[in-house]
Amino acid sequence: MTPAAAEASAVLSLRGITKRFGSLLANDSISLELGRGEVLALLGENGAGKSTLVSILFGHYVADEGEIEAFGEPLPPGNPKAALAAGIGMVHQHFTLADNLSVLDNVLLGTEPLWQPFSRRADARRRLVETGKRFGLGVAPDALIASLSVGERQRVEILKALFRGARILILDEPTAVLTPQESESLFATLQQLVVEGLSVIFISHKLDEVLRVSRRIAVLRAGRLVATLPAAEADKARLAELMVGRAVAPARRRAATPGEDTCVLQGASVTNGDGRKLLDAVNLELRAGEVVAIAGVSGNGQEALADILCGLRAPDAGRVRLGGRVLPASPQAWIAAGVARIPEDRHAVGVVGDLPLWENAVLERFATPAFATLGVVRRRAAQAHARNLIERYDVRGTGARGVETPTRALSGGNMQKLILGRALMGDPNAAAGPRLIVANQPTWGLDIGAVAYVHQQLLDACAAGAAVLLISEDLDEIFALADRIAVIHHGRLTEARPTAQWTLSAIGLAMTGGMRREASHAAA
Amino acid sequence: MLRLEKRALPSRVAMLVAPFAAVAFTLLVTSLLVAWAGAPVGRAYALLLEGGFGSAFALSETLTRATPLILTGLSAAVAFKARLFNIGAEGQLYLGALAAVAVGGQHGGSGFALATWLLFPLMMAAAAASGALLLLGPALLKSRLGVDEVVTTLLLNFVVLLFVSLMLDGPMKDPTALGWPQSVTLQEALQLGKLVERSRLHSGLLWALVLALLLWAQLRFTTTGLQIRAVGANARASAFAGMPVGWVKVKVALLSGALAGLAGAIEVAGRTGYVTLDMSPGYGYSGIVIAMLAALNPLGVVAAAVFVAGILVGADSMSRAVTVPTYIADVIVSVSLLAMLVAAMLAQYRIVWQRGASRAR
Repeated sequence: MTPAAAEASAVLSLRGITKRFGSLLANDSISLELGRGEVLALLGENGAGKSTLVSILFGHYVADEGEIEAFGEPLPPGNPKAALAAGIGMVHQHFTLADNLSVLDNVLLGTEPLWQPFSRRADARRRLVETGKRFGLGVAPDALIASLSVGERQRVEILKALFRGARILILDEPTAVLTPQESESLFATLQQLVVEGLSVIFISHKLDEVLRVSRRIAVLRAGRLVATLPAAEADKARLAELMVGRAVAPARRRAATPGEDTCVLQGASVTNGDGRKLLDAVNLELRAGEVVAIAGVSGNGQEALADILCGLRAPDAGRVRLGGRVLPASPQAWIAAGVARIPEDRHAVGVVGDLPLWENAVLERFATPAFATLGVVRRRAAQAHARNLIERYDVRGTGARGVETPTRALSGGNMQKLILGRALMGDPNAAAGPRLIVANQPTWGLDIGAVAYVHQQLLDACAAGAAVLLISEDLDEIFALADRIAVIHHGRLTEARPTAQWTLSAIGLAMTGGMRREASHAAA
Repeated sequence: MLRLEKRALPSRVAMLVAPFAAVAFTLLVTSLLVAWAGAPVGRAYALLLEGGFGSAFALSETLTRATPLILTGLSAAVAFKARLFNIGAEGQLYLGALAAVAVGGQHGGSGFALATWLLFPLMMAAAAASGALLLLGPALLKSRLGVDEVVTTLLLNFVVLLFVSLMLDGPMKDPTALGWPQSVTLQEALQLGKLVERSRLHSGLLWALVLALLLWAQLRFTTTGLQIRAVGANARASAFAGMPVGWVKVKVALLSGALAGLAGAIEVAGRTGYVTLDMSPGYGYSGIVIAMLAALNPLGVVAAAVFVAGILVGADSMSRAVTVPTYIADVIVSVSLLAMLVAAMLAQYRIVWQRGASRAR
């Protein structure tokens, strides 16, 4: 379809949408058209204004300027109900389902008037099953949400929107929580929707999938619509450049020359309060000069594994040795042994947001002789260290107060650079760099530029002799960095095999526990 | 539609102006009550100010009243800084006072025959230790079992008051007090000297000021102070960075309880000379208000305590001159707390007026 034709059959048009938050211009006069039967990708880094735009569209925010038309009718601002009635359905990244109710209940929730004494369930069930069949979204109506996989829950969310008569579907980072196989099945569903004449807005920052599923791509940067181009004319490098505003060099790899075993886990198990195994007899060797990545859908034991290697807890069974020694479950012992730790949640665990930057820069070591004498913090030494860190790790946004700036004021990327610098610089008096780096989702939510920076730092530290454990849900990141990959599912870890021996589909299978079944077939 | 948006950086000017704005707002609100009581507002406030700060005598009375308030204010400030909500300063104060008399009282007519240089530190140590130990239980229950310390410390206040009552009518009763429930008197040599002749102002004020300065320096310059601030602001991140979060909270509890216990001992040694059940008109609770007014800054606590004491003392003399009950002082202090909480929030957030939310087309 030519652009002119798309406009002619536009189901949704945004004109001059502007939204400010204080001094921040989140959306700067954005105009967009969505054609009937097309998938439009909304591409942009975190903070580019994608979520704001969609929230305005769905009535969660009110635009300062501009207007929206759906199917030729103006859409009243700030009214989610009106958006629903106009046929706009939204699938949030974080699902809005009640775990203790069935699929049917969840779909019906909020669709029936309160004064209606009985819900018309038989009718609704028929319609639900019908809708599911039509779009290839098979889900048992009576299954409890709690018993469904993440992919199935997403299907319920989509069904929910379709059941309410959505003709325009907005999907916010839909693949962030899916395995590769589940993503494939989602893409197939989207194709089906489009064939039926529905329109889809697909929000993502993953270039590959954007190129795959969409017909047109709208790129947002710093609140502005910088380009709208047909997917057929786009390629990854071009899109990345549009998103970031400059060419991005991917992190450079060096050939791995693994040294001796730095950290060895033997049959490490962690059991939680109600007897469930969070980690089930995990074996893993981490060697100097090598990146080992743990792939898996979140919540499969990554947290317990990271906790052990960060010194937060000891395994309930099995043995963990660092440089041949068994260390106590004490963060200070692990820090002193040369472990650089990058936690998953940088805001809640990585830094104390209310404290100034310099105190966070020495948060792991302020009581050591380098930064304290007789219980008094050596403020000047600590602040000099912080300044050094800010310069070496390119932490920006400190403003006029310099190292006294509250850490909360930093953006996510700069906060991560601070944490990275704190972990990698280690003891200022030590000659060598870190021995082991535990990086848990180190680039989650960062923009492309910051991601490349973090990757390069990890690879450099690795080349300098550190063993790196990378826990990530981002398979692109894993393939870009890892020398060996292991997959975790329900607390069980596969063997860590060289990256070249893995395919995307094999990892996807292992992420859902399929590999063990395969292996047992082979054994039988 | 009104919305609150968090400021990325709370403005320093706003944080500084906040307490003054809160006090001004409070006086505005309470002026309605003064007018309602039938008194001329301007004159009433003038009398209040004069009664609290207007003369050497008024000032000495205010500072006498401020002395225990500084100490309970510090007690609350350090505890709240570590997010340990100690509501039990009142009980810790009474237990400290009782311990002081237990060590230094004229039991059996004379009391322990020890040199003053030994007995005085013992008395202060006993008071500090008893306050500290009283808070240790709730702190351990909190860190081990997650029991809410607000409930336990608050309830312990009543337990302690009953215990003090038991002691005042029993073992520690003053036989010469004509049946009044009061303890034996502190030995003459242990009582604190007067700072100003013919006033009640005693050297306990210097203790309070020195402790405020020490606590400020500890929070700002020491590793322990950094731990306290970090644990209070984000316990998870502090634990990840390797701080012993539970132990830090126990240390804070001991410190906070000790400060409140010292408030009791200094009140006995400096002002009353013995323990009665009404020796504290809620100093422990007022300490919480003072800590909040001071935004938990130990030096600010001194200023806030003098302000609150001045209101309390001034209200007494005001009510004698015009027909406003002294309870206006309690109202002023309470409203100023609420106003301060709002002012502190406004310093960190900005109100955004959003047009068009309700404007459907």
